[in-house]
Amino acid sequence: MKGQAPSCTVHTPASLVGALEILFAEKGTWRPLAGGTDLMVPFAAGTLPFTRFLNLWGLDELRGIEISPENISLGALTTYADVRSHSLLRAEFPNLVQSARVTGAMAIQNRGTLAGNIANGSPAADTPPSLLAYGAEVQLQSLAGSRWVPYESFHTDYKQTVMLPEELITRIRLPRTTGDTFHFFRKVGTRKAQAISKVCLAAYARAEEGRVAEFRLGMGSVAPVPLRALTTEMLIQGQRLEALDDHSIAEAKQALLEDIRPIDDIRSTASYRRKVSANVLGQLLEAMIERFKRPQIRA
Amino acid sequence: MAEKMKLSLNVNGQARTLDVWPMARLLDVIREDLHLTGTKEGCGEGECGACSVILDGKLVNSCLIPAVQAEGGELCTIEGVASEEQLHLVQESFLHCGGAQCGICTPGMVMAAVDLLHRCPQPDEAQIRDGLAGNLCRCTGYVKIVDSVADAAERALQVAKESRS
Repeated sequence: MKGQAPSCTVHTPASLVGALEILFAEKGTWRPLAGGTDLMVPFAAGTLPFTRFLNLWGLDELRGIEISPENISLGALTTYADVRSHSLLRAEFPNLVQSARVTGAMAIQNRGTLAGNIANGSPAADTPPSLLAYGAEVQLQSLAGSRWVPYESFHTDYKQTVMLPEELITRIRLPRTTGDTFHFFRKVGTRKAQAISKVCLAAYARAEEGRVAEFRLGMGSVAPVPLRALTTEMLIQGQRLEALDDHSIAEAKQALLEDIRPIDDIRSTASYRRKVSANVLGQLLEAMIERFKRPQIRA
Repeated sequence: MAEKMKLSLNVNGQARTLDVWPMARLLDVIREDLHLTGTKEGCGEGECGACSVILDGKLVNSCLIPAVQAEGGELCTIEGVASEEQLHLVQESFLHCGGAQCGICTPGMVMAAVDLLHRCPQPDEAQIRDGLAGNLCRCTGYVKIVDSVADAAERALQVAKESRS
């Protein structure tokens, strides 16, 4: 028997309101538990500083993928496997599908949840770069009500978020992607499967009337938090497609080094991460330029 | 000290009720309470897949599931894969193709292969590798394991053809 199971209490609420009530009444003492794929590792190692767990896995209110003309909204307990198999996500948000495919393998993907992936706050998680590239928003709910937070301001520092102790993530929504779009996702790890990222990068771009009308670049494992490379984005967004050349790629690679703040750790070094981030950005921009030479508008 | 819970679940086709700690790992419940020791512990942190079982029709790492989340569930372990009379096709193929060597990863590999062939009865090599990506083996170099799964898929097709004719 591993972990401190005999000293742990689990409460399984019958409804979302039931969960929010206990979080409000006994603030900060209950650790939400969804699919367990992150939480059970430090738990078994005996390093998790919690003994009371709020078991959310059975709350079907937090499941389901809803589609409107403007958004796709994913329940907090949407698993990586749910993401992988969803036809609209595959068509409109291929980066998110890719990031779900490279998070662990099938057994992890069947249990791990999108909300867990972001609430856990790891800068090395693989869905955050895609969520950043797609301009995701996160719904936080407490007994007092709910609020939508832009995902780019969700993480405040290493493993710190804007969530209050009495709040739960209930949904994550992404604006639908339409028009002449480009999607790019790359995870750089030690192995193809079951690796944790050294660098992870996701980009979304849309061309309109000969310009890059939208360009968002999400990065993982290069700073204390998953982040958008805003300086780099500003160099590319609004550019005329025909003006994008080797010089603009070199400038963007230089700008990226100002956006990221990588460190040396057990998985990689800061200098490797800087070099790889810039090189992958170069590949991304070359692919984007090539892709936008001929408009492709999804019906 | 917290309280134990009554955990009711179906294990390999049989209804069972156990007294367990709610945060006990399903892996420990399987090995220590149910005495089903075919399921192995490798890394204990979701990297190696040795503890793979099928819970409610989905492949999972039993080291990452607290017992409380198996309440009311349907659990299939390696002991539930073969029938009394006959090995599962996947098990036969692992024997036939040399997919099992030291044996530590084999129960998890078989569970992942059974799950894959259920979702995707005729996988290509990339699909086999994706289906087994969460299961580490230090003996075989994976080639014989991939061959075993391909062999099982092919024989399943033969069996289906024979039963039609």
